[in-house]
Amino acid sequence: MIEFMLNGKKMTTTVAGDTPLLWVIRDEFKLTGTKFGCGIAMCGACTIHLNGQAVRSCILPVSAVAGSEVRTIEGLGNKHPLQKAWIDEQVPQCGYCQSGQIMQAATLLASNPNPSEDDIVNHMSSNLCRCMAYKRIKSAIKTAAATTVGTVEIYEPHSESPKEIS
Amino acid sequence: MPNLKNCQTEASQDDADLSKRRFMIGTVGTSMLMAFGGITGLLNNASAADLLAHKSFSPNIWIELNAEGEVLINIAKAEMGQHIGTAIARIVSDELGADWNSVRIHHVDTDPKWGFMVTGGSWSVFHSFTPMSQAGAAGRITLIDAGAKLLGVSPESCDAENSFVISGGDRISFAEIIRRGKFDKTFTPEEMTKLPLKPVKKLKLVGKKSQALDIPSKTNGSAQYGIDVELPGMVYARPVVPPTRYGSKVKEVNDQDAKAISGYLGYEVIADPSDTLQGWVVALASSYPAAINAVQAIKVSYDKGPTANVSEADIQKEGARLVNDKSQGFLFVDDGDVKAANSKTKSTISSIYKTASAIHFTLEPLNATVEFIEGVCHVHTGNQWQSLTLPMIAKALNLPAESVVMHQYYLGGGFGRRLFGDYAIPAALVAQKINKPVKLIFTREDDSLFSQPRSPSVQRFDAAFDGNNKLLSVEHALTAGWPTLSMAPGFMPDSVDKKGKTDPFSSSGADHWYSIENQQVRVINNDLAQRTFLPGWLRSVGAGWIGWGVESFIDELAIESKQDPLDYRLSLLDGKGKNAAGAQRLAHTLALAKKESHWQENLGKDEGMGVAICAGQERTMPTWVSCVAKVHVNRNSGEVSLKKLTLVVDCGLVVDPDGALAQLEGSALWGVSLTLHEINAFKKGQISMTNLNTYKPLSMNQVPELDIHFVKSEEQPVGLGEPGVIAVGPAIGNAIFNAVGVRVHDLPITAADIKRKLTS
Repeated sequence: MIEFMLNGKKMTTTVAGDTPLLWVIRDEFKLTGTKFGCGIAMCGACTIHLNGQAVRSCILPVSAVAGSEVRTIEGLGNKHPLQKAWIDEQVPQCGYCQSGQIMQAATLLASNPNPSEDDIVNHMSSNLCRCMAYKRIKSAIKTAAATTVGTVEIYEPHSESPKEIS
Repeated sequence: MPNLKNCQTEASQDDADLSKRRFMIGTVGTSMLMAFGGITGLLNNASAADLLAHKSFSPNIWIELNAEGEVLINIAKAEMGQHIGTAIARIVSDELGADWNSVRIHHVDTDPKWGFMVTGGSWSVFHSFTPMSQAGAAGRITLIDAGAKLLGVSPESCDAENSFVISGGDRISFAEIIRRGKFDKTFTPEEMTKLPLKPVKKLKLVGKKSQALDIPSKTNGSAQYGIDVELPGMVYARPVVPPTRYGSKVKEVNDQDAKAISGYLGYEVIADPSDTLQGWVVALASSYPAAINAVQAIKVSYDKGPTANVSEADIQKEGARLVNDKSQGFLFVDDGDVKAANSKTKSTISSIYKTASAIHFTLEPLNATVEFIEGVCHVHTGNQWQSLTLPMIAKALNLPAESVVMHQYYLGGGFGRRLFGDYAIPAALVAQKINKPVKLIFTREDDSLFSQPRSPSVQRFDAAFDGNNKLLSVEHALTAGWPTLSMAPGFMPDSVDKKGKTDPFSSSGADHWYSIENQQVRVINNDLAQRTFLPGWLRSVGAGWIGWGVESFIDELAIESKQDPLDYRLSLLDGKGKNAAGAQRLAHTLALAKKESHWQENLGKDEGMGVAICAGQERTMPTWVSCVAKVHVNRNSGEVSLKKLTLVVDCGLVVDPDGALAQLEGSALWGVSLTLHEINAFKKGQISMTNLNTYKPLSMNQVPELDIHFVKSEEQPVGLGEPGVIAVGPAIGNAIFNAVGVRVHDLPITAADIKRKLTS
């Protein structure tokens, strides 16, 4: 049995420890905002936060998150400035990569509240957007950074159960 | 290859023509319903309210106004990033006079009643604008008539705005009119065309900045894609994709090693009466990770199909043979008299242009979830062309089309891959066989192997000049695998010389808008490509690879004629004869691009600018685009850095300006990706790059500066999803020539090729 915090709620799973976290989140805990893209950690659609760091859940064995804090796009609770900027700047096209893009970008702003253009590009270039909405992704990150005036909110872990969110 | 002949009656484009249909408005329950009637089954004296109540209509769209004043617009278009629902809803709502905040959209499932369902060809806004405007106007007039009666005023004194009918100081809400009224009205097609539409300057939603209705759910993980579908009691499945697209036969399956995998449930060998799947095995498991592992563990031996050793080079070699053999193919353009003109020839230039295989690589891997309920097959998947896909699923299942329903979801990328939904067939066949709901997901590698690639292509151009730099004639021969031949042969028109059928999606673009007096275009199917894989309609389709040749060769003609390539193009866009009106609009975008790009100004060492133009997907639906690329070429490595793209677009009236810009940004970068980054060469009968460790679409650090302009226009709106792709490649190629004098002939452009040419 593996136990970890998922969006602020303690979860346990009995799947094999080598099962990629992605499928545990999606199929067992029904949080489908995290997406399957390439399965080899190269597209970024499955990006989640593990103890505050952006990681690719498609190759991360669930055993590796035992006792850790995992946050998914649902855990941002529609309150992250990036989510607002994403709507204001009409970033998503098909939208499939966007959970991963937002989760990836959130860790940039958490460590670097005023990223330069190069900082953004360096941080985001391993996240594929097949619709190629890159210009808007970059611009929305800048906007979100600007609107948080040099500080980044720390999010209280979400208290609702994932089942309710889904 | 699959036999789609039986599907053609279903997939007739005539069904999409709303201009032949009646429009019905009736009270159903407590709502007012509006819809286009079907062509058949509509009795002359039937009441609109009765027909609507029994859903005896066949619309691509229908609209419900409820007693609370909400407007629900049902849309039979796939949402794959273009925000089409929002655009259509704004067109209707603007004419209706509805309060935008009360408008919702709903993407519908298939049902024969909804009529022809396809989302592709950049057609949606083009096909929808007029009928949707008329639908809104019919609703407005009906509400005004009823509202005027309730207010005790004349309809002429009324207007409709923000979901109110207003007459001077009096007003009544749509909600109240619907609560108190009873509607039963039919407009004939003739009456529909005569409805007064609002002048563009009075439009409040169309042409104004909007927020797409699908976007919020795409920022918080709640948007539901096909891959997110879950059904009670379902099993997971992953296919074992065979070594050839056609002709593979399963000899033996050994799943001994898979049996050790926890959750492995066994495998099925697929028999597919539609012949779409040949030599398929599907592994089943109680979880998807177990299904992934099972396929890795299962050993399948095959009698491979006859194309098991075909390579990209083989296909291109066959292409070169075909374009060089004048007896091959059919005429697509035959203007003037090439033979007579060529009697004055003093000099000629010839050129061959090629493009390599590329794949859609939609980020959401192909998937479908299928369940049978009381003999009806319910297919849950994102799809662009249900009217083509559904009959093929039915054929595979040996069921009538009425027994298949497709449920629509957001598409995690379409780009043409989700037109023909062959990917739903394995899930459907397995669900039928094991009598359980099945969720079948292709891994990224499976998805790539089961791709419908943009075919490798070869084009040959021969131009003849007299002794005074006057162009006498151009002969153009082009060949590729033809998507439409395999997937929708009913859409293939006769060639100009009536010798055969041609694929419009593998020939459009060769009929460009330049005035060239004597010109022949010969289109040839590359049979080897056709037999090796299922050629795909990939974003920008034929015009995407044909434009590479046409616009690169025009550049060669300009250089040969010792003229500036941009001015040379302007001189050929004289709008004479068949090019009347269109060529002028194209020339207008080109003149603007010259100015906006600061053409040939401020170029550093080894920098260059190149131009290319296109007229979108088809002559019957032209979108006018001019593109200027600015590049720097590293003479030592041959590497190209793309500094900037300037695009000027005339798409008529811009319905959704911000959405239009998003489509242009995305499509221009698709153009860059196909030009500089994407190649997926065939090796041993299959594409060779199945994941991102080898296949490398454009990433954020490779994005050039984009400067995109729209021409202000009140002309009929046309499509925008694809045309932005086309001119980018040749503009980059021409810029490289301008920078370092190297003419690039092959897509994608590689540093190695440029370096070789620089040093030879």
